[in-house]
Amino acid sequence: MSRRERLANDERYREWKGAYRPYDLVKEASIALGVVLALVLLLTVVFSSPDEKPSTVQSWARTDPVDFVTTATTELDGSSDTGGYGPPYNHASDGQHLLFIYLQKWLGVSHPIDTAQDFVLAPLRSITGQPALQAAVTAYESASPDQQTKWTAAYENALAKANASANNTAVSVPAGAYGPLPTMMAGLLGFAQSGGLDGALLTSKQFYQTDYTKPLMLMADGGLLADRAQAEHLLGSQWGMMNETGSYPGQVWLWLYTFWYQIKPFSTSANADILVMAIMGVLSLALVLIPFIPGIRDIPRWVPVYRLIWREHYRSQGT
Amino acid sequence: MSASEEHSWTAAVRERAVAALPPEKLLSDRQPTYVASWIYVFGVLSLASLAVIIGSGTILALKGPGWWHFTGVGHFFNGTHLWAVELFFFFMIIHLWGKYWMAAWRGGRVGVWITGAVTFLVAIPCALTGYVSQQNFDAQWISTQAKDAMNAAGIGSFFNLLNFGQMYSYHVLLLPAAVVGIVIAHVLLVRKHGVVPPFTVPSTGDGADASTPAREEVSS
Repeated sequence: MSRRERLANDERYREWKGAYRPYDLVKEASIALGVVLALVLLLTVVFSSPDEKPSTVQSWARTDPVDFVTTATTELDGSSDTGGYGPPYNHASDGQHLLFIYLQKWLGVSHPIDTAQDFVLAPLRSITGQPALQAAVTAYESASPDQQTKWTAAYENALAKANASANNTAVSVPAGAYGPLPTMMAGLLGFAQSGGLDGALLTSKQFYQTDYTKPLMLMADGGLLADRAQAEHLLGSQWGMMNETGSYPGQVWLWLYTFWYQIKPFSTSANADILVMAIMGVLSLALVLIPFIPGIRDIPRWVPVYRLIWREHYRSQGT
Repeated sequence: MSASEEHSWTAAVRERAVAALPPEKLLSDRQPTYVASWIYVFGVLSLASLAVIIGSGTILALKGPGWWHFTGVGHFFNGTHLWAVELFFFFMIIHLWGKYWMAAWRGGRVGVWITGAVTFLVAIPCALTGYVSQQNFDAQWISTQAKDAMNAAGIGSFFNLLNFGQMYSYHVLLLPAAVVGIVIAHVLLVRKHGVVPPFTVPSTGDGADASTPAREEVSS
């Protein structure tokens, strides 16, 4: 069909010149509102809504002190996920890219996070009345980068065999050359278990706080959130993007988005997020522009679902 | 020059608006006879769900973001908000599929399709910002996971899912305003152009063209 024929054909549908019947728009809208309201109330009364309490750095440090100290040590030497993330948090890497497109890098570092300073050293410096702790921090800061790396590497290896005390207030590791790290981490653990680190990570230039980037990034580097998410079927590998805590329906409309993460190459690619975003961007644009896409726009004409939709009309027309 | 002789911007806007959408079209009390299928109710059900979302969301916003966590009444309204959102997407997706199979963009109705599809796409971040504004474990997990896609696309530099204050603003004002605005445009376009007529098919009966039946009023 030529473009002219298609436009002429399309023009026939511009205005309906056939029969009409009485219709009460306001009445229909009112009934629809009543039906939906009743349905919503019924679903709410029967199923309510989920509300799992949030984790805190304090609860994490208390329930799994070994994981907390291990994570804090990786923050100190920059080997954590956040430490190597790249933009918008730091310049440790370029971030994800698609061919020659480095949007993550190009948009720059807008929420700077120095994991060693923000998550470990500055909070430790805020603790008063513990001269031994402050001396340990000074010793660490005064050491050469090479020495710091030796201490953190040795300590991280030792933490793989670490044990928490019976009451979870201390972490013990085999004897080794860890420099001031045991003192520093014991101080940080105590600070976190008291709830002090939660507050310290929110400290900024003003009194009111709404930005939880730092505490969430720190907690996400540890295992607490992931463990809870796995138990709730929320991991990416569990189609978690469209799930909800408990047995509630989540963002089911994201099924196609999360589908891509389940298959190769996306499931194994270091650039999975930008690849999936690009695919969904193209598909979203295609959805909007369906009327202009040959083939896709013609399927409804080829596959006569319309016969079902307008069956009364065609029956009345003898067609 | 008198005021009546001057070109009035107000009069021009009114005349164009009325010409494009006269009252009898805007609130029409008749509709084509072919509008006779259950698939047509999903559009108005989507609108009704949106109204319940706005209503329940307004109550939650009036009481503040923490209210629903520690009061039974607040938790109830949070439930209505959640289920209205679930129904909204359910109805809207069926509505979109229905309109696809009708090829509802025909006859100069491309704008109707585009505004409908864009509504769906804008509603997704609107819902996402709601999920990350919940201040519970769900919000913690979703925000820390979804940030990677935002960051990878460069969006994360100015749209930070971990910033509760920013997400709450997006959720209670900016994105709902966008959804409602696009929906209003969508509904006005539907009222202006009318519901898309059926495909023309060859007649097997009296030879009449299915798309051009006799112009007559019939009672329902």
